[in-house]
Amino acid sequence: MEAHATAGGHQEHEHPRAAVYAKVGLILFVLTALEVGLYEITYGEHTGASASAIQPFFVPLLLLLSAAKFALVAMFYMHLKQDSKLFTGIFVFPLTIAVVIIVGLMVLMAYHMWFARAG
Amino acid sequence: MTAVAHDVPHGLEHATATGLDSRKLAIWTFIGSECMFFATLISNYLVNKGRSLVGPYPHEAWTSPSGEHFKPILEIPLVTLGTALLLFSSLFVVLALSGAQRGNRRALVGWLGATIFCGIFFVGMQVYEFTHFVHEGLTLKTNLFGASFFTLTGFHGTHVTIGVIWLLTLWILGLKGKIPPSKSLNLEMAALYWHFVDVVWIVIFPVVYLIK
Repeated sequence: MEAHATAGGHQEHEHPRAAVYAKVGLILFVLTALEVGLYEITYGEHTGASASAIQPFFVPLLLLLSAAKFALVAMFYMHLKQDSKLFTGIFVFPLTIAVVIIVGLMVLMAYHMWFARAG
Repeated sequence: MTAVAHDVPHGLEHATATGLDSRKLAIWTFIGSECMFFATLISNYLVNKGRSLVGPYPHEAWTSPSGEHFKPILEIPLVTLGTALLLFSSLFVVLALSGAQRGNRRALVGWLGATIFCGIFFVGMQVYEFTHFVHEGLTLKTNLFGASFFTLTGFHGTHVTIGVIWLLTLWILGLKGKIPPSKSLNLEMAALYWHFVDVVWIVIFPVVYLIK
């Protein structure tokens, strides 16, 4: 690990070595390939019999892969794993609000649509 | 007016209440606010998903009342390439930062150049995609998909463009040898912004392009 002295003269964090960055990069690439592969298997031009079996799990799997990629970039490339927990807090708090906004609005609109249809 | 005596020379270390660099704290706070900004755009896209009354549609073919046929408009292979390059650019920028912190100018300039190349490719890909969509009959005013798609990806593309310009200025400074290890925080802040732009795309890519 590389020590990195900051403006305050503190050892704020230690950044991982290039090999760790490369490994994370490889994992990100594989996860992206899995996302697209999953799409091709489920909705592509050459879908097989497995497509209908995968379909109910398609969105949760895709969101899981996306969340894993997001976490890897935030932890290793944005150095939240090594940096001060204050930075993590500053990032995660609004991120939580962001997720709540997205989920909340979707639930609200789904309810509105259902209510409108029900009469 | 009273003159304020500065014991700490400009650009050198200074003490802070948190023990953390204020500039880094500021960029994290900005990134936090950006999370909520993109949350509104993503939720706008999701709420309006599948509610367009007329085509072209993202994943389904459509024939207009006048008999004009429209194919599904999204081009997954091209965007996958752009996504992969944006992910690689995140790797390249941390390698550039690592070079800057070690005082390795060659690594700094080389990896930063690669990052900028990937960023320019991504922006070019979006420009091509937008132009293609307009030629296919999808504009901001065509339907709800067009409005929410162009708003979301357009704002993201603008962020990428700003990131490219920021990194380009740092690349020029790096070429001139003006980013010594003591000033690597300047690059670290730009890198944090760049990674954020990348993580936003990590969410946008499956939500817009893969989920039907």
